[in-house]
Amino acid sequence: MKAKHQRLVLVLLALAALIGAALLAMSALRDQAAYFYTPGDVVKDALPVGRAVRLGGMVKAHSIVRDPDGVTIRFVVTDYKDEVPVRFRGIVPDLFKEDSGVIAEGRFEADGTFVADNILAKHDERYMPPQVAGAMHKSGSAEE
Amino acid sequence: MIAEAGLAALWLAAALAALQLLLGGLGLTRGHADMLSGVRRIALVQALLAVFAFVCLIVLFLQVDLSVALVVANDHSDKPWLYKFAGTWGNHEGSMLMWVTILAVAGGAVALFERQLAERTLIATLAAQAAIGIGFYAFLLFASNPFARLNPAPAEGQGLNPLLQDPGLAFHPPTLYLGYVGLSIAFSFAVGALVTRDVGPAFARAMRPWVLGAWIMLTIGITAGSYWAYYELGWGGWWFWDPVENASLMPWLAATALLHSVTVLATRDGLRAWTVMLAVVAFSMSMVGTFLVRSGILTSVHAFAVDPRRGTFILALLILYIGGALALFGLRVGTVKEGSRFEPVSREGALVVNNLLLSAVLGIVLVGTLYPLAIEATTGEKLSVGAPYFNTAAGPLALILVAVMAAGPLMRWRHDNLKVVVRRLALPVLLAALALAALTVLAPRIGLLPRLGLILAAGVAAGSLAPLWKRNLRRTPLFTFGMVVAHLGVAVSLAGMASESAFIKETLVAARPGEVHDVGPYAVRFDTVEPVAGPNWTAVEATLTATRGDRTPLTLRTQARSYWAPVTETNEAAIKTVPDGQLYVVLGNPGEDGRWQLRLWWKPFVTLIWLGGAMIAFGGFLSLIGRVWRERRTARRAAEVYA
Repeated sequence: MKAKHQRLVLVLLALAALIGAALLAMSALRDQAAYFYTPGDVVKDALPVGRAVRLGGMVKAHSIVRDPDGVTIRFVVTDYKDEVPVRFRGIVPDLFKEDSGVIAEGRFEADGTFVADNILAKHDERYMPPQVAGAMHKSGSAEE
Repeated sequence: MIAEAGLAALWLAAALAALQLLLGGLGLTRGHADMLSGVRRIALVQALLAVFAFVCLIVLFLQVDLSVALVVANDHSDKPWLYKFAGTWGNHEGSMLMWVTILAVAGGAVALFERQLAERTLIATLAAQAAIGIGFYAFLLFASNPFARLNPAPAEGQGLNPLLQDPGLAFHPPTLYLGYVGLSIAFSFAVGALVTRDVGPAFARAMRPWVLGAWIMLTIGITAGSYWAYYELGWGGWWFWDPVENASLMPWLAATALLHSVTVLATRDGLRAWTVMLAVVAFSMSMVGTFLVRSGILTSVHAFAVDPRRGTFILALLILYIGGALALFGLRVGTVKEGSRFEPVSREGALVVNNLLLSAVLGIVLVGTLYPLAIEATTGEKLSVGAPYFNTAAGPLALILVAVMAAGPLMRWRHDNLKVVVRRLALPVLLAALALAALTVLAPRIGLLPRLGLILAAGVAAGSLAPLWKRNLRRTPLFTFGMVVAHLGVAVSLAGMASESAFIKETLVAARPGEVHDVGPYAVRFDTVEPVAGPNWTAVEATLTATRGDRTPLTLRTQARSYWAPVTETNEAAIKTVPDGQLYVVLGNPGEDGRWQLRLWWKPFVTLIWLGGAMIAFGGFLSLIGRVWRERRTARRAAEVYA
C-alpha cells in the first residue's frame, strides 16, 4: 500500500467510525432523551404512556399519603393550575416536602398516574429546579 | 493583610505570565540563544507566586477570616479543621484559584524538569502555557476574585454544604484538577511543536511522561469521585452520567487515546498529525468541562443568560484557545511530514482502532452532554439525557474497545499475521467461552450488557496477562508491566460494573426495631434507633446486625443527619465490605406508626469497580517510572559515548 493510500484509508475509516457514532448517538437521543413535562403539559398533550419522561412541579400541600406497606407514597404534583397524581416506591430525598419543588423520573400509566422510579432533589433548600421555575413563571404564580 | 498579599501575588504572577509569553515570542523570532534559561526562571517564579496566593487563601479559610467575602460564604468556625482546609476549593472562586495554581505549577514543572525537548520547542511550549495562564489569571482577577473583602465583617460564616463535609473533598478535587489541568502541558507541547514544526519521535518521547502523569491523576480523581458519590449521596449508584461527571470523563477519554497514539509516534514515528490533534483535543475537553461546571449553564441556560459575565468570559477563553490551536493546526498540518507506514494487522493498526473507538465514545458523551443545552438554547424545549442514552450509545462501543484492548498488545509492530494473532488469542477466547457457558447455566436471566461485560472481562483478563507469557519476567521492562496491570484493571473494573448490575439485590421495607429482613445472602436485624451528636450536626442513628450463615455478624450504623450551618439534612449510608461484595444500608423517614423506612442493598463484587480504577492508575504509574528510567539511561549512555 502506498503512503497516500494508507492515509486515505485511515481518514475514511475515521470518518466511517465517527459517522457511525453520530448515527448511533442520534438514534439513541431520539429514543432515550427524557422529555420534561409539567402538569399543564400533561393536560394539553396526549399522554406519553410508557415512555421515560420527567415530571416537574410543586408537591401539593397535604397531598402526601403513605401506603400501608410503609414504603410506597402517593402525592400530587401541581403547577397551581393543573395536577398530576404520582406514585413512588422508595425513600424520598430529604428535601422532598409539601409545597416545595420536585422533579420525578418515571413514566405515565394509561389512567394518568405518574409512576416515579426516582425523585430528584438538589441538596439545597434555596434550590428550585430551573424547569419548575420556568413552568411557575409561565403559569404566573412564581411569587406566591 | 494576607488577602492583600495573595491578591498582589496573583497580579504579579499574571504579569510574569505576560512577560514569559513576550520573552518566549522574542526568543523564537529573534533567535536569542540565552532566552531559554530566562523563560525557565520566569515560569518557575510564576508558579511559586501562584502557589503563594493559593496558600494565602488556605490560611484565610483555616483562620476563618470573616472580613473576606469568600470565607464568609463558605466557612464556619464550628467546622472541623479538615473541612475548613478543604473548603478552600469547595466553591467557585477557590476552585478556580486551584485551577490556575495547578496550571502555573504544571508550567513550572516543565521548566524545571524537561531536558529532552528541543530548546526552541521548549521555549514555544512555555510561551503557550503562559498564554493559557494569562487568560485564566484575567478570569480570576476580573470575574472571580477570591480575595474580595467584605465590610463590615459579619459575626459568623455561612458554612459549607454538608454533602461536601467529607474527607473526599480533601482528595477528589485536587487529584482531578491535577489531571484536568495537567493536560494543559500536552496542549502546550502540541502548540510548541506546531510552532517550530518539530513533530517526531523525540517530541513524543518528551511529551509522554507528562501525558502519563496527568492521565494517572485524572484516573485517580475520577475513581475517587465515583466512590465518593457512591457512599456520600446514599443512592447506591457509582456513576450517574451527570454532566459534571461527563466533564471529567471526556478529558479522560481523549487523554487515554492520546496516551496510546503518542506511543505509536514515539516507537514507530506514525500518527504524527493525529497525535498533535489529540493533544489539543484533550485539554480542550478540560476547558469545555471547566466551562460547563463553572459557568452555571448546567443549572439553567436561563440563569446563565441572566448573569452571563463568568460564563461568557470562560466561553471566550475557550473559543480563543481552542480556535487558536486548531487554526495553528490547520496552517501547519501540511508541513508535518508523513510518518512511517504500517499494515492494518499490526500493533499500530490495533492502536488506530483504539483511538477511533475512544474518539467515537468521546463524541457520544459530548453530544449527549451538550444536546440538552443546545435544544434549550434554541427552542426553549426542556429535555434531559441520562443513563438510557449513554448506555445504549456508548456501551456497545466501549465493549468493542475492551475486546480490541485484549488483542492489541499481542500484535507485533508494523505487520503481523492474522492467523498467528488468532492463535495467540486462543486462551482468552476459551475463557470467554467458559464464562458464557457458566452464565448461561447459572444466571440465564441477566441483561445483555452485563452478560457481555462479564464474558469480556474473563477473556480480557486472560488477554491482558498474555504479553507476559513465556517471557523472562526479570528482563521485561517496567512499562510493559504497567500496561499489563492497567489493562487487567480495565477487566477488573468491567467485571465489577457488570456483576453489580447483574446480581444486585435490593430490599425496601418499613420496619420496627427488632424485625429481621433478608437481602442477598444476609439476614439483617434492625436493632435500635438512637439520637447522636457530632461537632456540627445532630442525627438519628440506626444500628443493624447482619448475619450470614455462621460467619461473624456485622454491625452497621446508618445516620440521618441534620446540620445547622447551613441547615441541611443528609443521609450517611452504612457500608460493610466483605470479600465478595458490599452491604449498603440507608435509613429513611419514620412513619407515624413507629416504622422506619430502610433500604438494603447487596452488591456483589461492586468494589472491583474502584479496585480496577486504582489498578489502571497504578499501571500508569509503573509505566511512568519505567519510561523515565529508560530515557534517563539512554541519555546517560549517549553522553558517555560522546564524552
